[in-house]
Amino acid sequence: MAGLRINTSLCIGCGLCVSACPQGVLVLEDGVAVEQDGCIFCGICVQTCPVQAISIEKEEVVDENIQYSGIWVMTQLRGDGSLLPVSLELLGQGLRLAQERGCELSILLAGAVDLQVQSEQLIQAGADKVYVCQDASFAIGLEEPYYTWLADMARTHKPEVILVGATDWGRSIAPRVAARLRTGLTADCTVLSIDPETELLLQTRPAFGGNLMATIISPNHRPQMATVRPGIFPLPEPIAKPKGEIIRCEPLAKIVPLLELLQCETAQSGRTLADAEILLIAGRGIGNQKNLKLMQTLAEALGADWGVSRPLVDAGWAEYQHQVGQTGSTVAPRVLLSFGVSGAIQHLAGIGRSECIVAINTDATAPIFSVAQIGIVGDCVEIIKEWLKQIEGDSTV
Amino acid sequence: MRIAVCVKQVPSSNEVRMDPVTNTIIRDGKQSVINPYDRFALELALQIKERLGGSVVVVSMGIPATARILKEALSCGADEAVLLSDRAFAGADTLATSYTLHLGIRKIEQRLGKFDLVLCGRMAIDGDTAQIGPELAEQLGIPHITDMEELLEISQEQLVCCRLADGERQRVAVQLPVLLTVNKDINQPRLPNIEGVLWAETAPLHLWNAIDVQANLKRCGLTGSPTQVVRTQVPQRDQECKILLGSVSEQLKVLQHLLKGED
Repeated sequence: MAGLRINTSLCIGCGLCVSACPQGVLVLEDGVAVEQDGCIFCGICVQTCPVQAISIEKEEVVDENIQYSGIWVMTQLRGDGSLLPVSLELLGQGLRLAQERGCELSILLAGAVDLQVQSEQLIQAGADKVYVCQDASFAIGLEEPYYTWLADMARTHKPEVILVGATDWGRSIAPRVAARLRTGLTADCTVLSIDPETELLLQTRPAFGGNLMATIISPNHRPQMATVRPGIFPLPEPIAKPKGEIIRCEPLAKIVPLLELLQCETAQSGRTLADAEILLIAGRGIGNQKNLKLMQTLAEALGADWGVSRPLVDAGWAEYQHQVGQTGSTVAPRVLLSFGVSGAIQHLAGIGRSECIVAINTDATAPIFSVAQIGIVGDCVEIIKEWLKQIEGDSTV
Repeated sequence: MRIAVCVKQVPSSNEVRMDPVTNTIIRDGKQSVINPYDRFALELALQIKERLGGSVVVVSMGIPATARILKEALSCGADEAVLLSDRAFAGADTLATSYTLHLGIRKIEQRLGKFDLVLCGRMAIDGDTAQIGPELAEQLGIPHITDMEELLEISQEQLVCCRLADGERQRVAVQLPVLLTVNKDINQPRLPNIEGVLWAETAPLHLWNAIDVQANLKRCGLTGSPTQVVRTQVPQRDQECKILLGSVSEQLKVLQHLLKGED
C-alpha cells in the first residue's frame, strides 16, 4: 500500500522532520522517527531529512498518457459576449508552455452569441487552433453546458494540459470536468512551467496559510488541469503572422439544463478595489476596530480606497469585498499604503502589481517589507493619528 | 427533506508561522475546529429542516479525532453523523476526497433514501481549493451551485437561490436533488444548547472504514490522488526596501509627497 516510508536503519533520530511536519504527526520513539495518523503526504519531511531516510511511496498507474498532446485554454466570456482578460492572460501563458513543451496551443470558446470576432482576436494573439461552439443553451444553463462541452471535447481530442481562469465560474467548471475525467486539478495557481526532464506541468500555488509555495504535479493522469489566478500574468502582444485555424464545433447534443438562470444583475455598481489609484490596507497590526475606523477616515480624507487583509474579514471587522489577497481582490494601485500587514504569501499574491508599496509595521522582519519600496518600522496607528491631526489642523486654519 | 452536510476539520487558525532560523513550522497546539464555511452550511440545513421537516446527516472524512467536531454538529441539532476514517483514505487530494465522501453518502442513502440536498462550505480555510463541492456533485451525478448567497424559495421538489459569480448576482432555479456550496455570513450559526449536548451523547455517530463503504482502494487516499506535491519552498524576494528613519512627521512628509506623485 502507498504511504510514508521511514527507513529506520537510516534514521539518525535528529528530529528535524518532527519539527518540520506541519501536521504534527511525526514523533521520535526509541530514537527513530515514527509516523502517526493524520499524514497528508505534503513531502516536507522528505525534503527536511538530512539522511534521506524518508520517502513517499505511491503505486504507479500505467495508462495511455502518450496519446495526450497539446495545451488547452478554456475561455470565459462576459455577459456582453466579450472575452474576460484572464482568457487572454492564460493564452499568453499557454503560448509559453506550448513552446517549452513543443506542442500546439488550442483555445476553447463557447457561447450563445456569434463568436467570429472573439475567435479572430484569439488567432491574432497567437492561438494555433480555436475550437468554437455556439449554442443557445450556453445562455441559460449556467456552468453546466460549458463543463459538459469541455469534458466531451477533452475526451475526444485528449489534450495534455487544460488551463481555466480561477474566476468563480472557472472554479466551478474545472472541478466538474476533472472529476468527470477522473484527473487531477490544482486550484488557483500563480506560477506554471514545464519540467524539462519529466515534461510534466509544474503547478505552483501558495500553501499552508501562505507561508510556503507548493509545486504540484499530476504525473500519471491526463489531462493535467489547473485553474490559474486572474490578474497576475500580462496580456499577450498580437503576433506578427497569425496563422491559427478556427474550427467550428457541432452544437451540443441536446441537453436539458438542470439549472435555470432566472435573472442576472451586476452585483456592485461602480468602483471596485481593483480600480483604486491610492489604496490603504489594514492588517492585524492595526490592533482594534476603532483604529480601523481611523484608517477609513484617513482614506476618505485622502480620496483613497481602503482594504484589509484576510484575518480582519475573518474577525468580522470588514466585509469580504474589502479583502485584498489570494482569496479577495487583486489590486494594482499607484500607491499602496500597508498598515500593520505582516504579508502572508496569499496577501502578497494580491498586491504584486502595485506601482509603489509602502509598508508600515513594527516587526522589521515582516515579509511585507520584502515587496515594499518604502518601509517604516513603527506603529502604524501612530502614523494614522498624526496624519489625521495634520489634516484636521489644515482644515481649521 | 433529507439533507447531507459535508464538514471538514481544520486547524483553528489558518496562520502557520515559520521559524525564520530553522525554517520549520511553529506549532502551538491550537485545537481543531469545524471549517468556518461549513458552519454556515450546517446552519442552513438545520433551518431548512425546521421549516420542511426531515433529517440532517453530517459527513466528514478524517482521522478518528474528527469525531469531536461531529459531536459538536450533532449537539447543534444534526440527526446523524458519519466519519469516514481509514489509513487508506489518508493523503487524499480533492478527487480522492470527493470519491470517499460520495461513498459515505451512498451508504447512508441505502438506508434513508436519496438525499434531496447536499450542502458544503464554499471552501476549507486550510486548503482554499473550493473543489470538493463540484467534484462531489459530479461523483453523485447531481447538479451543483457554487457560492450560494441566499436561499429564496425551497419546496420538496425545487429551490430558487441567489448566488454571486464574478461580480454578478444570479437568481437560479433548480430541481432537487442539488449540491450547494454556501458563502460566508449567509446566516448566524447556532451554538449547542444543553438539550443538544445531551442528544449528542447518544446520537448515532457511524465510524466507517474503507471496507464498510466498499471503497475501491485505487481511488482512495494517496493512491487515488492524481496530484502530488513535489516541492515546497519559502518564496525568495529581493525587493530593495528603503526604510524611512526620523520622526513620525518627517516620515509623513515623504508619504504625502509620494501621494502627490512627487519624489
